[in-house]
Amino acid sequence: MGWVGDQIDSIKSIQFRQLISQAISLGMIVTSALIIWKGLMCVTGSESPVVVVLSGSMEPGFKRGDILFLHMNKDPIRAGEIVVFNVDGREIPIVHRVIKVHEREDSGEVDVLTKGDNNFGDDRLLYATGQMWLNRHHIMGRAVGFLPYVGWVTIIMTEKPIIKYILIGALGLLVLTSKE
Amino acid sequence: MHSFGYRINALLTFSVTILALMCAIASFSDNFNSPSPSSEVQVMKINWFQKKPDGDDEVSLTLNISANLQSLFTWNTKQVFVFLAAEYQTPKNVLNQISLWDGIIPAKEHASFKIQATNKYRFTDQGSNLRGKEFNLTLHWHVMPKTGKMFADKLVMPGYHLPKAYR
Repeated sequence: MGWVGDQIDSIKSIQFRQLISQAISLGMIVTSALIIWKGLMCVTGSESPVVVVLSGSMEPGFKRGDILFLHMNKDPIRAGEIVVFNVDGREIPIVHRVIKVHEREDSGEVDVLTKGDNNFGDDRLLYATGQMWLNRHHIMGRAVGFLPYVGWVTIIMTEKPIIKYILIGALGLLVLTSKE
Repeated sequence: MHSFGYRINALLTFSVTILALMCAIASFSDNFNSPSPSSEVQVMKINWFQKKPDGDDEVSLTLNISANLQSLFTWNTKQVFVFLAAEYQTPKNVLNQISLWDGIIPAKEHASFKIQATNKYRFTDQGSNLRGKEFNLTLHWHVMPKTGKMFADKLVMPGYHLPKAYR
């Protein structure tokens, strides 16, 4: 318990000047995280540049807990690409593969049909009632990169909020009690 | 300075950095692979060809697909997703892509194959333009890495025709 005792001692010995410098360093950490996130949004052109895979519908390619990096640009959508889309009336975006594309001559608008690699049928059952195709505005981005397992951190934190609070508390304590 | 917490922190930071670096290098090493896949597809049979009640043309095909995709595999390859799409142009649409068959190749040993398949997804047009239509069959592949950047490419095989009349 020597470590905890040390930490408590160092909290007791906090002085006003030190407190301010620690508050600033905490602020620096939070703002730099925010800068990185917003910077990624600018670079990738997608409003959520990183998504965590939540279901097993793309197994064995993507498993639950994997992280995908998204990219969005003006390039036309083509069959085979893995896109992240939002269906009206559904909150959670879905990551699936495009299997059919019909691109209009005049307007350039596309009709897209998707399917999960591990699902038996296509996604018409997941779309809003009566919706046959996805259009450009449903699509948030296409997956370009992949990192396994890292997303488990967020899945655990959303499903067990207590762990999130413990983690944030411990980190805060560490920052407050650290001496340069 | 050398407390327990600091050592844990330093160790954790260092190992995460090394891991991230290794992932980046593994992904980068994929760039040195220059694959040369080959494929051949024959339309064996038109099972049926009709105009559906809603006015769209639909056709059912039996295909003979052979391909060798072994050169796509590197040490950072988890799987290769391969699919065959019919691609054609109609007066209304500049591009129609319809996936007819797909498969997941989990390992290099399975990457050279020859199969016969009827189309897995419905070959339906948006409209009634399929009679006598010339179309390409394109073999697309998506390489899913163990970590890092995904790769995709295709092989276009032109010059296929649908029959001039429904059957």
